Amino acid sequence: MSARNRELLALVPASLLLTAGFAAIFIQQSDRLSDVSLTYGAVFLGLCLAGHLVIRFTLPYADPYLFPLVAVLACFGLVVIYRLDEDLAREQAQWFVVGLVLFAATIVLLRDFRVLERYRYTVAAAGLLLLLLPRVPGIGQQVNGAYLGVKLGPITFQPAEFGKIAIVIFLAAYLRDTRQVLVLGARRFLGVTIPPLKHFGPLLVVWGAAMFMLVFIRDLGSSLMFFGGFLALLYVATNRLSFVTIGFAMFAVGAWFFGTHVGHVHDRIATWQNPFDPVLYDKPGGSYQIAQSLFAQADGGLFGTGFGQATLNLPTGETILPAPHTDLIYAVITNELGLAGACGLLLVYLLFIERGFATAVRAQDSFSKLLATGLTAVFALQVFVIVGGVTKVIPLTGVTLPFVSYGGSSILANFILLALLLLVSDRARRPVRAR
Amino acid sequence: MNPPVIRLFGLVVVLFAVLIGFTSRWTVFQAEALRDNPENARVILEEQRIRRGAIRAADGTVLARSVRGPGDTFVRRYPAGGLFAHAVGYSYVDLGRSGIEKSHDDALTGRRTELVTAFESILGRSMDGDDVRTTLDPRGQRTAIAALGGRKGAVVALDVHTGAVRVMASVPGYDPNTLQRDFRRLTTDEANAPLLNRATQNGYPPGSTMKVVTAAAALDTGDFKPSSIVDGTNGKIISGVPLNNFGGESFGPIDLTTALTNSVNTVWAQVGEKLGRRTMQDYMERFGFYADPPLDYPDQQMTPSGVRKDGRLVPVTRRVVDVGRVAIGQGDLFATPLQMAEVAATIANGGVRMKPYLMSRAVDPDGRIVDEAKPEAAARVVSASTARDLTAMMKQVVREGTGTAAALEGVEVAGKTGTAELNLSGLNQPWFIGFTSDVAVAVTLERVQGGTGGTVAAPVAKAVLESLGSRQ
Repeated sequence: MSARNRELLALVPASLLLTAGFAAIFIQQSDRLSDVSLTYGAVFLGLCLAGHLVIRFTLPYADPYLFPLVAVLACFGLVVIYRLDEDLAREQAQWFVVGLVLFAATIVLLRDFRVLERYRYTVAAAGLLLLLLPRVPGIGQQVNGAYLGVKLGPITFQPAEFGKIAIVIFLAAYLRDTRQVLVLGARRFLGVTIPPLKHFGPLLVVWGAAMFMLVFIRDLGSSLMFFGGFLALLYVATNRLSFVTIGFAMFAVGAWFFGTHVGHVHDRIATWQNPFDPVLYDKPGGSYQIAQSLFAQADGGLFGTGFGQATLNLPTGETILPAPHTDLIYAVITNELGLAGACGLLLVYLLFIERGFATAVRAQDSFSKLLATGLTAVFALQVFVIVGGVTKVIPLTGVTLPFVSYGGSSILANFILLALLLLVSDRARRPVRAR
Repeated sequence: MNPPVIRLFGLVVVLFAVLIGFTSRWTVFQAEALRDNPENARVILEEQRIRRGAIRAADGTVLARSVRGPGDTFVRRYPAGGLFAHAVGYSYVDLGRSGIEKSHDDALTGRRTELVTAFESILGRSMDGDDVRTTLDPRGQRTAIAALGGRKGAVVALDVHTGAVRVMASVPGYDPNTLQRDFRRLTTDEANAPLLNRATQNGYPPGSTMKVVTAAAALDTGDFKPSSIVDGTNGKIISGVPLNNFGGESFGPIDLTTALTNSVNTVWAQVGEKLGRRTMQDYMERFGFYADPPLDYPDQQMTPSGVRKDGRLVPVTRRVVDVGRVAIGQGDLFATPLQMAEVAATIANGGVRMKPYLMSRAVDPDGRIVDEAKPEAAARVVSASTARDLTAMMKQVVREGTGTAAALEGVEVAGKTGTAELNLSGLNQPWFIGFTSDVAVAVTLERVQGGTGGTVAAPVAKAVLESLGSRQ
């Protein structure tokens, strides 16, 4: 079976999953099965088909599993958000449509994605600008102490979501050039391989940027995601574990320094370590959120309470689980689908990541390899940062769960990421004579 | 560049394994602790959302049911008001639970075994609890409360053959419907202690009703017969202190039947001493003294009966205990009305003590019986012939002795009065225990000035026996 037919076939169960999810919620809400769930399933399948056709005509050799896996993730997100708030789900569905259009546009406009290499500094500048935007007075927005949002008139968006892609493109291009020099020019000192300072300079800049984000964007999660993506690329480009070790040590030192010396970072870490401390619990922006996240997960147990059955509100209508559709959506999924459902979701992510890295392995040229690796690594880290935050592995920060959390910027950016991965994949898997 | 990519994927797999590990930690391994965390409002919210099953009397009368409250919550209503307050208890999110509401909470909230719950959650969990049908008799209960007439006291009536609790009345009571408003007042009213279940939670000196236990031991050991002669002279020295008969009356040498009929203290104290500490302790334990009552009722609302020194139970075998006075229901002996009702029921049941129970069955929302009480013997206390002889002696008490006020027309009542003297100025604890062929009853009134078991408690017992008996 050809790759495209396999993709098409895989989209059917994804749509059925969505149909079943909506059916479950309708039964829960009104005690009857509505055929609306079939309509939603059909619309979802239609959208999937549209995306599939775009890929079929433009990228016939691309990996057949990436798109259906995204469809499964989108189905998780839509069903859970619908269960939380019907209006939000409708908006989310609209964002998926816009995302698909952007996805198609990216594929058409970047047929030869290697042009990106030439614009590396432009892309880097754009990326840094995007990261800085939230601190620009007048348009920057502070949410839960972190500067992640930008408000331009009626539009609010999170530039960091797009920034991460720009930074990865820049790093892939930059490391393709310098990776040889970094390795060959390195000297061994006290048993540790030290890269030449001249080429290490830009990397220090990246470290500086990560620290800058930690302090000024006030978001440990984003900076961990960026810096981790950077280290992953550095490691793949040079195959030198020592670089990564040095980089990680630098990040750890920086994080420790700011963690102990900067108030808000310190608070974040305190609430992470003692979520049930009564003082921290009642503080504004305190540990209430993480504590409620853990309570919700405990409520889920092994198999969950079932769709629509989690306790999210007090009888008076006040919410007890804050930000259930964005930051804590993983807690809602665990609450309603249990450990089993959460593992299923993580497995879907892991499969997506596996396909991403497989694309990198298959790619022939260094830039494609590094680009696919970087995009996949950043994607994986984003999942780790938010799920790790919700499950108290690391301090909780406001990063979205890709394709699942509510949020336009996140969906659009991740569709661009998907488009880039498919572009690399199509080129890598194309038979030699067809090139 | 491929090996590092593959190792990188390995690292991601490890990171995701950590995520799954932590998710398992919260959902499974520490789930119980998180649910019990005081900041976690879920448990209380869920409780409010469950439609608790109804509690019904033996004839189906609704004693407690859930009605819709604000939002999707339910609140408890008690249609019978204060009539069954202590037996049924209450269930409020802020005040907790008591009585049957507490002891049968699992059934009332529909909680089953883990496996059944998992199975039901797959099918779509039902949030309705099971109905609990009790053994309580509204007519008998109403009669008991009315007969106590506002005087502090308690009445317990048991089905002789099964152990079913048909009446559990305690005065003063409270209205469970307005408990949330009244709670502070009720808990601080120490003089009346309305929340105290006097039938199970408080021991009183049983006085002469204890002579039934002593007589049972005397006959069952074979040391005495109903016709055995003992000297009933007033002022016999018991444990080094002279003991007086009621009203200082002096009897000569009399048989045990006469001694029971006239409740002669000196005779029964001598019998107790003769039987000895070990035998008395043995028979008291057989009757259920010195153990938590095996009733399906919260442990916190029941107390074991026995000799108490400084609030602690002390066996009769200990030297500090005056076995002669214990044999006549004094000497720091404290018994609950439930315990004394069991004594009467045991004799009535041919010497076999049945386990008392309040719930006859639990019925799920679909009408299926999910749990049913089976009458169960707790112990063979005395032989059938002992029980028969003692029954004859106790009938004599009602026929021509101290308990004539309990006599019913057309039905033979066996019984024993008790009047424990609390002080020298005539403050008494009157008792009556007795039985017909199918109902046993125990009645006591708290701190009555001048009243005796025969004049104060026996009429209450009569009314209750009559109300329960006429239904058959």
